[in-house]
Amino acid sequence: MSFPWANHYTPSHPVMKWMDEKLPLPRLVYNAVGAGYPVPRNLNYMWNFGVLAGFCLMLQIVTGVILAMHYAANAGVAFASTEHIMRDVNWGWMLRYAHANGASAFFVVVYLHIFRGFYFGSYKAPREMIWLLGVVIFLLMMATAFMGYVLPWGQMSFWGAKVITGLFGAIPVVGEPIQQWLLGGFAPDNAALNRFFSLHFLLPFVIAGVVVLHIWALHIPGSSNPTGVEVKSESDTVPFHPYYTAKDGFGLGVFLLIYCAFLFFMPNQLGHPDNYIPANPLSTPAHIVPEWYFWPFYAILRAFTFDIFFIPAKLMGVLAMFAAILVWFFLPWLDNSPVRSGHYRPMFKKFFWFGLIPTMAVLFYCGGAPAEEPYVMLSQIATAYYFLHFLVVLPLVALMEKPKPLPFSITEAVLGSDDEAKLAAKS
Amino acid sequence: MNRLIASVAVGLFFVLSALAAFVSGAYTAITEPAAETVEHAFHKTPKELHLASDGPFGRFDKQQLQRGFQVYSEVCSACHSLKYVAFRDLEQLGYNEAEVKAIAASKQVPGVDPNTGEANTRPGLPTDYFPSPYPNDIAARAANNNAVPPDLSLMAKARHEGPAYVYSLLTGFTSQPKALLERFPDAKTPEGLHYNPYFANLNLAMAPPLTDGQVTFADGSPNTVDAMSKDLAAFLVWTAEPSLDKRKQTGWPVLGFLLFATVLSYLAYRNIWAEKKAKH
Repeated sequence: MSFPWANHYTPSHPVMKWMDEKLPLPRLVYNAVGAGYPVPRNLNYMWNFGVLAGFCLMLQIVTGVILAMHYAANAGVAFASTEHIMRDVNWGWMLRYAHANGASAFFVVVYLHIFRGFYFGSYKAPREMIWLLGVVIFLLMMATAFMGYVLPWGQMSFWGAKVITGLFGAIPVVGEPIQQWLLGGFAPDNAALNRFFSLHFLLPFVIAGVVVLHIWALHIPGSSNPTGVEVKSESDTVPFHPYYTAKDGFGLGVFLLIYCAFLFFMPNQLGHPDNYIPANPLSTPAHIVPEWYFWPFYAILRAFTFDIFFIPAKLMGVLAMFAAILVWFFLPWLDNSPVRSGHYRPMFKKFFWFGLIPTMAVLFYCGGAPAEEPYVMLSQIATAYYFLHFLVVLPLVALMEKPKPLPFSITEAVLGSDDEAKLAAKS
Repeated sequence: MNRLIASVAVGLFFVLSALAAFVSGAYTAITEPAAETVEHAFHKTPKELHLASDGPFGRFDKQQLQRGFQVYSEVCSACHSLKYVAFRDLEQLGYNEAEVKAIAASKQVPGVDPNTGEANTRPGLPTDYFPSPYPNDIAARAANNNAVPPDLSLMAKARHEGPAYVYSLLTGFTSQPKALLERFPDAKTPEGLHYNPYFANLNLAMAPPLTDGQVTFADGSPNTVDAMSKDLAAFLVWTAEPSLDKRKQTGWPVLGFLLFATVLSYLAYRNIWAEKKAKH
């Protein structure tokens, strides 16, 4: 679907005409991310991150496929083959650092993309399906990143694999058989490494497939915008190309500057030194921590240190950690406020900036810290607020809040008046 | 309404569970405060160390790397392997081909007798990797009070503040502080171990490996324990990442190009949008 005033694809070159008749791929691109896709004219920089996430996915696939040509997924030689890439493969160090820091960059832009959605209510009707697919992409990314981190077969790889698969061991009765089935043994070893490599290669292409669905679903209602007011007339939109290709191009430049500063000048800043020690099943690291992008959820996992009736603390932690992400699936139905954008929701805005954001910061910090006081107590308080926010605060705020008046249209929000559309609405 | 009740009920279940855990944790923290550990009280973070390779403009000091290599060869290599480094890599330290061949030939590496097929040793070639001092971990354990001396190739990246850690550890051997034994009478360094506040659990199997004047440098550089430790730390930065110089050299033109391209794309963006922006 598109708006009636969308530009139509009219190839003039004979080759393009011929192509359009046989396989209208250029037409598809034109309508998807070209001049044929009308987009609200008032998108701010927070709307850059979808394109950047797509770029990161491609970057990870390209660097990953080349790394796979040199990497050996065998517990005996995996660590050495990683060092072979770093030392002997031409530009291998750059590829590996690009891939490792690319994972971090991917999560940075995706978290910003998700929090853009939280604040501007991008998950609300008619965009629920885009949101649901987005959460699926996020879950797939977490699985892919986790398995990728296991591949260098360093200490954190091994112990991370052990801890994360151990989560399944918390399930009553069937937990341990499931854990052994996942690992192909009693502890992570060659069987686990091989299947993790296979899945780590496969899942990015599954992600790419879900991304196609995500963008497809996006093109039904069109992009959301910072006012949350739907598009009313042609003056509310601009064609994606050249307006947003230009803006995204600038955003991509800023992103690449920051990314390359990490890649070339502090490539190990976001990693853990222990992963430069070869995996050793007989020596447990003092503090097992996952990569930074899992810290908030790791903090929730570790916050439950107390048996709740018949539920052991460990199982409670696992349930809470999964629930913390699964709750996002229900967001379109938890937040019933008819107003999308946080700009026009005074109560929601306060809970967002003074509740959710500090909570995420505390969870992030505590997830990376050792499991001792005061970090555990802090993460318990933050975990409590996290669930309170999504499951209690959002539904109640939607009931109680009196939203601020919305602008008549996007054009009015940008230019201060939109007389043409108002007249048309009256007649 | 049913939906609201359900979400509030699920929410309160998790909220109250987390708060219950908090209350029980707080109660434990008050009634049984965690006992101070000797590691927590006496472990020190690494001393400051400045190397030529530090920072975005830093480059290796090849003279220092050669001195560090000499310290490794004459002292550390008796117990520690350097298995990810090949002799050919030494050309990066400024040795010429003949010198690298001579260094390689001076080490015996595992080989196979071409006539009998039996395992033997032969002089190293530039393509060989540094040989390990022990045939296996069991032999290493047996010779070192049940501790395996770790491979040093990646040591500078495998510890927090790696280079400073190496330097601090090598210069940090001392007798146990009186205050430590007064507060933690059970924490006396066991027989055969050596107290060092920079080591994670304070006692390590390695004896102080360096003494003043132990290695004589051809260029007459100072050979105190402090100076040799710095040289070795610099050398281990190189073994951990031989491509460090190339990485930084590549980084600057990349950032320069990206800055240029970003400025251009910003101007293009402003130009394209000029008509659409609100005029104030």
